[in-house]
This record gives sequence, structure tokens and C-alpha cells, in this order.
Amino acid sequence: MSSCRKRCKRQILKFAQYFFRFITGTLNADSVEDELELSAVRHRPEALELLEAQTRFSRKELQILYRGFKNECPSGVVNEDTFKEIYAQFFPQGDASTYAHFLFNAFDTDHNGSVSFEDFVMGLSILLRGTVQEKLNWAFNLYDINKDGYITKEEMLDIIKSIYDMMGKCTYPILKEETPRQHVEIFFQKMDKNRDGVVTIDEFIDCCQNDENIMRSMQLFENVI
Amino acid sequence: MAAGVAAWLPFARAAAIGWMPVANLPMPVAPTNKNKHQDEIIILNVSGRRFQTWRNTLDRYPDTLLGSSEKEFFFNEETREYFFDRDPDLFRSILNFYRTGKLHYPRYECISAYDEELAFFGIIPEIISDCCYEEYKDRKRENIERLMDDLEDNKDSKLPNMTFRETMWRAFENPHTSTMALVFYYVTGFFIAISVLTNVVETVPCSYMPNQRDIPCGERYTEAFFCMDTACVMIFTVEYLMRLFAAPSRYRFMRSVMSIIDVVAILPYYIGLVMTNNEDVSGAFVTLRVFRVFRIFKFSRHSQGLRILGYTLKSCASELGFLLFSLTMAIIIFATVMFYAEKGSSSSKFTSIPASFWYTIVTMTTLGYGDMVPKTIAGKIFGSICSLSGVLVIALPVPVIVSNFSRIYHQNQRADKRRAQKVQKAKLARMRISKNGSSSAFLHSKRNGLNQSLELTLPYYKMKLSPQGSLEEDQHLKKTTSLLESQHHHLLHCLEKTTNHEFVDERLYEQGYLQTALQNFPSQSPSLSSEEGITGTCCSRRTKKNIPPLSATNTHSHTHNLQELSALHIQCGEQHPLNTSRSSLNLMSDESGSLNCKSSGLVTTAIISIPTPPSNNSRANPDAPPPANPDAPPLPNPGTDVVRISAL
Repeated sequence: MSSCRKRCKRQILKFAQYFFRFITGTLNADSVEDELELSAVRHRPEALELLEAQTRFSRKELQILYRGFKNECPSGVVNEDTFKEIYAQFFPQGDASTYAHFLFNAFDTDHNGSVSFEDFVMGLSILLRGTVQEKLNWAFNLYDINKDGYITKEEMLDIIKSIYDMMGKCTYPILKEETPRQHVEIFFQKMDKNRDGVVTIDEFIDCCQNDENIMRSMQLFENVI
Repeated sequence: MAAGVAAWLPFARAAAIGWMPVANLPMPVAPTNKNKHQDEIIILNVSGRRFQTWRNTLDRYPDTLLGSSEKEFFFNEETREYFFDRDPDLFRSILNFYRTGKLHYPRYECISAYDEELAFFGIIPEIISDCCYEEYKDRKRENIERLMDDLEDNKDSKLPNMTFRETMWRAFENPHTSTMALVFYYVTGFFIAISVLTNVVETVPCSYMPNQRDIPCGERYTEAFFCMDTACVMIFTVEYLMRLFAAPSRYRFMRSVMSIIDVVAILPYYIGLVMTNNEDVSGAFVTLRVFRVFRIFKFSRHSQGLRILGYTLKSCASELGFLLFSLTMAIIIFATVMFYAEKGSSSSKFTSIPASFWYTIVTMTTLGYGDMVPKTIAGKIFGSICSLSGVLVIALPVPVIVSNFSRIYHQNQRADKRRAQKVQKAKLARMRISKNGSSSAFLHSKRNGLNQSLELTLPYYKMKLSPQGSLEEDQHLKKTTSLLESQHHHLLHCLEKTTNHEFVDERLYEQGYLQTALQNFPSQSPSLSSEEGITGTCCSRRTKKNIPPLSATNTHSHTHNLQELSALHIQCGEQHPLNTSRSSLNLMSDESGSLNCKSSGLVTTAIISIPTPPSNNSRANPDAPPPANPDAPPLPNPGTDVVRISAL
């Protein structure tokens, strides 16, 4: 009963306010827009020496990386939408947003919804200057969407579908519905040694180290910076 | 690619490591940064003002002057800087374009000066960013129109070799061109005025005796007025026929507003001639005479203001419609209210709701004749509300109409109705261009086989490529694709390898799509009609189905100059088919394709279209839609080796 009365009172108050504003002629736009959103988060990265110690980049390389990073994201952090936008520019024919989402989660190690320069540089350090073990670890982490230590077929299907999405529609041969699924089957046949339906990190690393194609391709991007 | 995004290319390439364990095919080799010098600051001296920037910043746009080697021409050895003798103020926006990726147009600058600077530095104006694009386009259009106006004024001098008909038409449309036209113009104007005056004076009462009742002058001096009318109508008819004769498109002329007005103006006279004696239709005949007043609209050829007014009303049709609609609504509401309010009072003029309409209209337009007034108190209250709201309702759309009129008047009737549509279309086109630019650049480089990495990974097939081609290709590659582009293409190539599918452009995709839809049709033997290299594209699935390729059907070839080849398959594991540099790709996938052959699916046939004429073996046709490498040696036996139906 009292809540009802409170509500009634609130409504009457609102109505009186509205009526008063109507009579005196205040415009709606002037009145209520005071709650400004807080300005964008501003993030400053750690000192150059610290980053140099933590990653395998030289000072100059870090400078170049930061300049590029800051140019695109002046606020110092990348949120997921900007990330997707940036990544989509490289794949104009397809839809890179799903894969970018997975990438974002892989880079955002502390899972706070934004990738700071430190996260960015750590990730790149592993990818470009890390040992093969570390790279494979990173890839496993990327595929393991829920980070439980196992790659299931569904997770792999999601990943592979997102990769195929990046190709877009105009491909040769035409992309069929079952192509990603088949690809997953091939992958699992290769990787899942004990046939338990999931791929663990050891199976993954073992198998990749025995596959020379994969080994060779891991070294592909050494000289990117 | 946008500027800042270029800085993220290393990241995108590093992230490609995520595809590696999933891919079944080996990856192409990455392009190496051969001339890797450390990033340095270069100094651009523009008429004394020194700008400094990183070299990498300028390299983002390799097809502009500053991004390419063209700037070396401006290098000053003694001072070790690049000197440009151009406007430093305008250079600011150009340099900002490199820095931010957005080109802005400063509003205080002259449009032609800006255009010249852009042309000098090799930047196309279409990439001006959205914030400044409208302004730029507006100014540019004004400039062009000004130039065209100047041109037209000079153009009115005598043009040689115009037929008599064309001269006449020009004389009608622009009376200033010749004295004859001017005379004609004034004569017709005079007669229009006379005719209108006659119509008016006809109805004035003039009695010739003070005590007799007034009769209108038209009945008194019937013959005089009739002669006058006849003369005017003669002139108008002759004019109309002459215009009809001279019009370039008679059908369009007859449909135009002015000609309809002409016809309506002279028709009553002729109708009147035909049926003067019949009493029954004389009533109708009288009504017809009303149409004679339309002759006054003929003045619109003579007065530009009248034309603008008409055009304004036409272009404000929606506002006028809104005005009418809201007025009607208000009239009905208030009429109803007034009727019921005044129902009680005696001897009230508000006998029915339609009768109240008149009161409402008169009150809302603030006329207030006073022939109908409310007597009850309720009626008076509602009556005052009615008049207040009437002012509001009418005042709302009127400024829009007025502003429209003034705008059109000032622009002198330039057609800018399509302005919004053009900007929108241009914007969409720009977005599409930039999107297609990067994807087509990749396809382009693929097609021309400029993918150096393939040559390196497959030395076995290197000898297959024509020897004279590869050296040129190397040099050409260095010239055309920048490091950034080659890295980007390498990235896209890795993606293709991971998914074992290729990027194709729209046309091939549609053909391939149709082909899979039609693959069950039997047909005749394959025919090969080009001596250029045929490329077979890889199919990752093969079956035992024996599908003869389609004969050349023109059902889905939408360009005339493409000849369709029939479908082409590459046998899995057999000796390699005709080689092209593209086919080296095929062969690679063939090897791994043999692994995939186990997964039997459907055959995907392909119709390869090769443009005619294929006679020259030179490399240069970048517009060839299919991935045909003209450098390949010609087909030895069209019938036997190449076109084979796969059968596993």
C-alpha cells in the first residue's frame, strides 16, 4: 500500500513538473542533459624500460609499435569494436568480426574488455619473438574459447567458421556448408591422438611439432617488425 | 588501406599464426623487406616553411608524389631536403592527409587553387573525408556552373551549319539571339496583353444612354470584340504551329506545360466557332470562355519570375499538401465544435456542419467577414480558439515555401533537386571504390602472377615459367607493389591457403555459382577457342562422375567479348596440365589435393572465360578477368591434354 502511495506521489510530482515546464515554456532539450558520460578512458602505458624488460622487442621497435598504436587509438586502449574495425580493414571481402572477437579475447589476457598497449605488445612479443613452444601455446589459447584446457569440436568449429567467414562470399571453389565441418574433422583426425573427442595442450603441441608444414609456417613471420 | 591501419599490419600478420595449425597446406613465403633502412625524419621545404615527418608516414600512400620515388626529383643535395615551390598553407592539409589518413578541405581556400595542389601532389579529390566533402562538392559545382555560364554567354554567337529548324527553335527559346526573334517575342507579348485586356473590358458595363440599363460592352460592340479575339487567336495559333514545327522533339514539346497552356488558351475560340447556334450548349460555351483567361499564363514565357514561382510551387508540393491537410483537419474539428456550440441559440446561422465550414475558414485565415458570428458564450470561446489556431496552422508551412522560393530565385533556377541524391550516390561509390580497391589489388596481383613467393617456394616449376618473363616480372614487381601491399597480399594468400579456397572477383564467382547449378546437364564435347594459356583452377573435390563440360552457352555470359570455354578439370595426380604461373598454384594444391581426394564430394566445374582477342602473348592485359597468364607458352594440342574430365 505504501509503495503504491509512493508511486502515486512520484507520478503526481512528475506530472506537476511537466505541467509547469509546459506553461513556462522550457524546451525539453535544455533541461535534462546534464549527465555527461565520463570522457573516454585514458591509459598511459608503463615506462619504456619496463616494457623492454618484459618483452623481447628493442627500444626502437617499441617506439615504432607505440606510435602506430597511438595513432589509431589515441585513448591508449582498444575496445572490441575498434579492434574489429581495424582487423576488418585487412579483409575487405569477408567478415572478419568473429575471428577478431576471438583474437581480442586472446590478446586481452586480463579479460577487462579492453586491450592496452602492454597487452598488445606482450601478445606480439610471443607471436613474433617467442619460441615455437610459446607460439603453439598461444595458438592453443586462441582456439580454446572457454579457456578450460581442452579444445572441443564445437570450439574448433566456431574458430574455423570464423576463418572461413573472412574469405567472404566470392571464393573459388564455392564455399559449401559442410566445408568447415570437414576441416574440423581433418584437424581432429590429425590432433586427437587418443580419440577422446577433445584436444589437450600436450596432444596439440606434440602433433604440431611433428608436422613440418606447421613448424615451417610458424617461422614465417619472424621479420615482421 | 587507411594510414593508421597500415601500422597495424604487423599485428594482423602476427595474428595469422593463429591459422597455422589449422591449415592443411604449406604457406607461401613472406615478402622480405629488402631495403630496410631505419625510420628517418625527412624534411620537406615548401617555399621556405619546413615540414618534418617520418619517412614511413609518406610511404603509406605510394601512388602519390610524396609517397613514391617521384619526390626524388625535388631533392636538394646541398641542404639534404626536399624543396617544393608551392603554397605552404595548402601543403598543411596535404601533409595531414598522410598523417591521419583523412583529407580535409579548408573552407577559406579557393577551390581551384586547392584542386591544383591536389593534382600536383597526385591525390585524388574523391578521398576527401566526409566532414568536408559536401562543402568541397558544393564549391566545385558552383565553380563549374560559373564557368559554364560564362561559356554560354560567349556561345550565343553565331553557330555555323544550323538547319533552319534549329535556328528557329533557338530563336524561340532565346529571344536575344537575333532581332527577328526579339521582334517576335515582343509582338506575342503585346498580343497576349491585348487579349487579356479584351477579355476584361468585355464585361465592363457601358451603356450608351444614361437611362437604359447597363449592358456589358461585349454585347454592345460584339463585332469589334470578335475581330479582336480572332486576330489574337490567329497570332497564337500561328505561333503554336511554328513552335511545333521547330521543336526538336515534337512529342516532348506537346507534353510540356507551356504547350498545353497554349492549346487551352486558343481552344475555346475554335469550339465557340463550331457551336454558336445551339442554345443548349451555350451554357457550356459560356463556361468555356473562362478558359480564355489562361492566356495570361502565356506570359510565363516572358517573365522569369513567373516561371520561378511555378517551379517553387511544384517543388514545395509536399509542404503545400501538408498545409492543405492540416487546414482541412482543423476546419472539420472547429466546424463541428461551433455547430454544436451554437445549436442552442435561436436564429443561428450555423445550420449544419458544412455551413460552419465557411465560418471556420473565414476565421482561421483571419478574414473575419462577419456574416456569421457566434452568439453563445461557448461559441465565442471556441471561436477565439479557432482564430488563434488558424494563425498557427497557416504560419507553419509558409516560411518553408518562402525560403524555397528565395533559394530558387537566387540560384536562378538551377536544378539542385538531385543534389542530395548525387552526394549520396557519390558517397556510396567512394566507399565501394575503397573497398574494392584493396581486394581488387590483391586479385590483380594474383592474376598477373606477380606473386614472387610462389616462384621461390616452387623451384621445381620455375623452369616452366617463360624465362624472359620472370626477370621483367621481378623488376615490375618492385616498381608497382610497395612493401606494404606485398605484405598485405601475403597475408591474404595465407588465408587462402588455410581455407583452401581462393578469392575471386564477382564475375567469376557468379559464373562458378551458375556452373555448379548447371552441372548436371549433359552436353557436347568441349571446345577450346583460345590459344592463350588456359588456367585450370584447383578443385579440391573430385568424383567419379563423368560430367562433360557444357558447350558454350551464352546464357550467362554477360559480356560480349568473352568467349566461353568449356569446363576444365585438372586431374588429380596425373601429369600436370598446361602450365601457367597460376597453374603452379594449382599444382601445389594438386599435391595436397591428392590427400583431399579421398573426401569425395561433388565436382565443381568451372567455365573459364577468356577475352578475345587472345592473339598477343604479351603480359599486359590486367583486365583479363580470369587468371590467365599470357606468358605461358601456347597450347600444344587443344583437344588432348588440357581439357580432360576428371575421373578418379
